[in-house]
Amino acid sequence: MAELPNTEERLTPDTFLRGLWEENPVFVMLLGMCPVLAVTSTTVNALAMGLATTFVLVCSSLLVSLLRNWIPKQVRIASYIVIIATFVTIVDYAIQAISLELYAALGAFIQLIVANCVILGRAEAYASKQKLMTTLVNSLGMGAGFTLALLSLGTVREILGNGTILGISLFPADFQPWIVMILPPGGFFVLGAWLLLFNWLRLRKERKATGPIGVTADAR
Amino acid sequence: MDKGIEIRTSPHLKRVVSVEKIMRTVVLALLPICAFAVYQFGLSALLLLATTTGVAIWTEWFFSRLSGKGNTVSDWSVVITGLLLGLTLPPGFPLWMAAVAAFVGVALGKALFGGLGYNVMNPALVGRAFVQAAFPVAITTWTPAFAPGRFAELIPSTLTLPFMQPIPVDTWVAGLQLDGWSGATPLAIQKFQHIEPPLTDAFTGMIAGSAGETSALLILICGLWLAWQRMLDWRIPVSVLAGAALTALPFWLADASHYPSPWFVLSSGGLMLAAWFMASDMVASPVTARGVVIYGLFIGSLTVIIRLFGGLVEGVMYAILIGNAVGPLISSWTQPRVYGTSSRKSQG
Repeated sequence: MAELPNTEERLTPDTFLRGLWEENPVFVMLLGMCPVLAVTSTTVNALAMGLATTFVLVCSSLLVSLLRNWIPKQVRIASYIVIIATFVTIVDYAIQAISLELYAALGAFIQLIVANCVILGRAEAYASKQKLMTTLVNSLGMGAGFTLALLSLGTVREILGNGTILGISLFPADFQPWIVMILPPGGFFVLGAWLLLFNWLRLRKERKATGPIGVTADAR
Repeated sequence: MDKGIEIRTSPHLKRVVSVEKIMRTVVLALLPICAFAVYQFGLSALLLLATTTGVAIWTEWFFSRLSGKGNTVSDWSVVITGLLLGLTLPPGFPLWMAAVAAFVGVALGKALFGGLGYNVMNPALVGRAFVQAAFPVAITTWTPAFAPGRFAELIPSTLTLPFMQPIPVDTWVAGLQLDGWSGATPLAIQKFQHIEPPLTDAFTGMIAGSAGETSALLILICGLWLAWQRMLDWRIPVSVLAGAALTALPFWLADASHYPSPWFVLSSGGLMLAAWFMASDMVASPVTARGVVIYGLFIGSLTVIIRLFGGLVEGVMYAILIGNAVGPLISSWTQPRVYGTSSRKSQG
């Protein structure tokens, strides 16, 4: 809360980079799993979803940060939701205006951005305590991290499940699609594989830093 | 510490049988079935079995190295996984897809859970379920048994390039000039046309189907030998088969022209192989004597229900996977009364 002293962070490169790697909303914090699993069957969908979420995340975080000293503590969650819902409505209409096809592909998941815990989590844990500039940089980093995660799922699923990337065919015509990859189980498989890779990399890094004995994954 | 006293957890009674011994015996029991598969489908079946077993062994080696647990290939369990997986696939299954199945089965079904003894489900069936979902057409493309020249040439789809669609087998099959080849297994013919093929053919294995599932008789002999060697719990296969037959019986009695007879249910498809060699997986089945009977009956009846009312022709794979998933629950339901206590409530 605003009245607590010494919680404001200074702006460093880490403010941005944390969202990409160390506190990646998908691969580390495991937030916002619903769109991660549901709309990553193609790269385009994943990219659109990532950008839409980033837009809502950045704008709502900025507004929350601006209003942080005026929002009463007791009704803060409701206030954040109203702010987030405003920007989700904007995105909803914008996507509808840009591409009706994309709008149909993303379906209810555009409106469901309002319930994405990455955004509410940022508003509660960061934007409500931090200055405007650090909030902007941090939420941009988080948005980039979320988009990156969606893209890493979307590309793998589209390449294996359809043989294409961004709709461009990568293989000869008789490519065998892995049908499971564009079905919901494929989302779980690919997400699990990425989590495995990220956890393995992090474990290996920690093992190098602390030596081979007495290593725990959750040293952080 | 007093060296004279040794404190251990149960079990205290031990047999002089190691994991390796059990696994080697199971592999030995599988070899006649593999030999018959090769005899029946020729070089393609041989390559298929070699691919699944080789990739399964490599995957086990790779993950045991990664986890730093030491080499676990030598316990032979992964050889069983590879062989079983190969036996459940169609003989003309593209080798690259078989390699994917073996890798996914051992990696996802076994290594990620912590290796032998920790797997929730039968690894071979996890691999097969994955390729069933990923390549539904290839896994239901059957080729005729006892094709002439099967030891000289491969089924064309076997050597499909990786990531490519299987080479069509239609022209190759037509070139064989077989009488009465319909491109379907007896199970599919029964399901969709309600014609039961001669029972003796299905029982002895003179039919099309997955590489190693065709001869119910041979599987029965190998399974009985294994049970006689006390290397598997006889209650599991017996209750799976009983569950399947008892579920099929009322439907057959009600309408014999539409529903398969219990005998056909038992001798067709992968039920026999699955009952003896897959449902009896020591890790993934319940541990109590009453529990395995419930588990077996559940798998057997679920198999028939999927066969009769599901979209799929064969249901034993999913039945066993679901049975594996509820196995721990059955185990905890059927805990025996602790000796010396009066009711089940008083146990700790």
